Amino acid sequence: MSDPTPRYQELRIPSLARVEGETALHLRIHDGTVTEARLKIYEPPRFFEAFLRGRAHPEPPDLTSRICGICPVAYQMSACRAIEDACGVVVDGQLAALRRLLYCGEWIESQTLHIHMLHAPDFLGEDDVIGLSRSHPEHVKRGLRLKQTGNAVVELLGGRAIHPVNVRIGGFHRAPTRAELRPLEERLRTALDDAWDTVRWVAGFEFPDAECNADLLALAETGTYAIESGVPTVLPYDATLPPYGFPLRDFTDHVTEEQVSHSTALHSRLDGRRHLTGSLARWAVSGHLLSALALEAAREAGLGDPPSRAGAGRGKACRNPYRSILVRAVEVLYAVEEALRIIAEYERPAGPYVEVPARAGIGHGATEAPRGLLYHRYAFDGGGRVTDARIVPPTAQNQGAIEEDLRRLVQAGLDRGEGSEAELTRLCERAVRNHDPCISCSAHFLELDIERTH
Amino acid sequence: MSTPTTPQPPARPRLGVFKFASCDGCQLTLLDCEDELLGIAAELEIAHFLEASSEAAPGPYDLVLVEGSVSTPEHVERIRRIRADARHLVTIGACATAGGVQALRNYADVEGYLATVYARPDYIETLATSTPVSAHVPVDFELRGCPIDRGQLVEVITAFLAGRKPAIPNHSVCFACKRRGNVCVTVAHGTPCLGPVTHAGCGALCPTYGRGCYGCFGPAGTTNLPALVPLMQRDGMSEEDIGRFLHTFNVTAFTALEEQGQPGVTDAEGPG
Repeated sequence: MSDPTPRYQELRIPSLARVEGETALHLRIHDGTVTEARLKIYEPPRFFEAFLRGRAHPEPPDLTSRICGICPVAYQMSACRAIEDACGVVVDGQLAALRRLLYCGEWIESQTLHIHMLHAPDFLGEDDVIGLSRSHPEHVKRGLRLKQTGNAVVELLGGRAIHPVNVRIGGFHRAPTRAELRPLEERLRTALDDAWDTVRWVAGFEFPDAECNADLLALAETGTYAIESGVPTVLPYDATLPPYGFPLRDFTDHVTEEQVSHSTALHSRLDGRRHLTGSLARWAVSGHLLSALALEAAREAGLGDPPSRAGAGRGKACRNPYRSILVRAVEVLYAVEEALRIIAEYERPAGPYVEVPARAGIGHGATEAPRGLLYHRYAFDGGGRVTDARIVPPTAQNQGAIEEDLRRLVQAGLDRGEGSEAELTRLCERAVRNHDPCISCSAHFLELDIERTH
Repeated sequence: MSTPTTPQPPARPRLGVFKFASCDGCQLTLLDCEDELLGIAAELEIAHFLEASSEAAPGPYDLVLVEGSVSTPEHVERIRRIRADARHLVTIGACATAGGVQALRNYADVEGYLATVYARPDYIETLATSTPVSAHVPVDFELRGCPIDRGQLVEVITAFLAGRKPAIPNHSVCFACKRRGNVCVTVAHGTPCLGPVTHAGCGALCPTYGRGCYGCFGPAGTTNLPALVPLMQRDGMSEEDIGRFLHTFNVTAFTALEEQGQPGVTDAEGPG
């Protein structure tokens, strides 16, 4: 196994931990050059798009939330938007604000989970959060407290943190009173300090040099950092190409999915190129719309200024995947602040939901899940039955960019003389975890399978 | 058979957490036990829990928690290996206890399903059915829910550590609903609710939010589904609506109820 110049070598590393799902990695190395890096995702198919057919129009939010236990709110929100789009209904005012509040709760808990439990151990040489709790107890306690506050927001609005029950098309089953939201304020004020401390903590990590050479795709919303709505906007990697956007209804003309033999996830391309969605893309596309406080935190984290208008202006996009943890920490701070603002401005709406009468048609919905842009499209017949469903999750979109990252990082490692199984595995695991791949389309299980030829 | 790496008081029981076809939500419930997480880690050696740790030690394990349903040929093999390594095996969540929402395939044409999602179905290895773990190996305890309840998970782990049976009631959601002081959504508002036939454990969440229970914990210990069907019909549900209502996250368990010779939904000529 450790022959330094094998013609052919196969390595099996028993686990890629601290991500969701199951994956193996196949590396092909010829004369010291990585010719191929493939992420073999084999999370068993669960056929959501198939069994959604024939279901009634109120059902997809609850059904699709079961795709992902870490970001169920994202699935519920994208599904609601797509169904409401098909039915010609717009949910606005305080109901829209409550949705954003719910989503902020999920951002806080999900991004905090990734920062503290999944990602930080890589920077501090620990196996897991338990090890981290011994070496950095105060940071872990703070992380758990923050995550709990995010969960508390989702639990109050949704009933429970995983697969909340209070979401429905048109709004909610029950809208909270102002008095019911008040206890969250105190916790969120503590969370604001915790989020600041988290930003300062991760700012002190050591970040290897790396650049992800993919186009960045995120939603853009007028006047606010896009979370629960927006227009798909692209910042190309090629600096000679201008940023551009396209209507959501054209999403699948731009983002095309193909099936590859080594995966049960479908691979995406954006206008034929690799693309990346998620925190780095959001910072590039919408960073200038963050609050003054979040922008201050970003500068303190070493991210500098964001591009002022998708790609133009003083600041610049951050393309180093290791530094995505900085953007996540800033996004947690922003989400806490947003939650406080929404609660302060909340007036209980007249009703918890608006009617969404069924009709024949096609609807599109996209929101920013913690891991990136999540697109849903449904077609309905006149009776409101689903005739076709299409879901494009962030990790399917990011897979090409992750593989390219793996190829480049492994190559750089080989060039530095780090060719051992252990070194390459560690590199690969970190490269994958940087992108926080999502639950139902990635991995707990990295088998490193290296083929070397000379 | 624990092998402590550092000299310490008696070896802690070893915990293994494993995933099959699922959304990871039930495993995440363990990480959502923020207040108890470090306490649990002090009492149990977390030997295998990939969602949380790079440390993946081989068995045997004293306590194994299994999330997810058996849905590929590889799963069938793997669950047997895990069972052989587990002194005590607990399944967590509707996927592991009833096959989950992906068990909707059991009543459909999987070839057609494959063709709907994948252009090249020949690349995909899957079984025609999604089945609970108990269909393949003996299970010591089943914890219900889509997702499971945090408090109940802590109770199961605590009971294991104390060497007693978990105190998980088998009654219906209605009991919890009354204890919470909720007004019955069916009686007061004519909202269809599966509470009377659904296993307690969530704390009657849906009715608390003014919504009818949608059965995510599966059937209660004893049910009278035939008595509930006319009520749902009275409240405006067609037979097809009732079928869809029952056939979601615990489709196999509710279907089994319907087929137990109960004049249930499938063959009811209900009083419209």
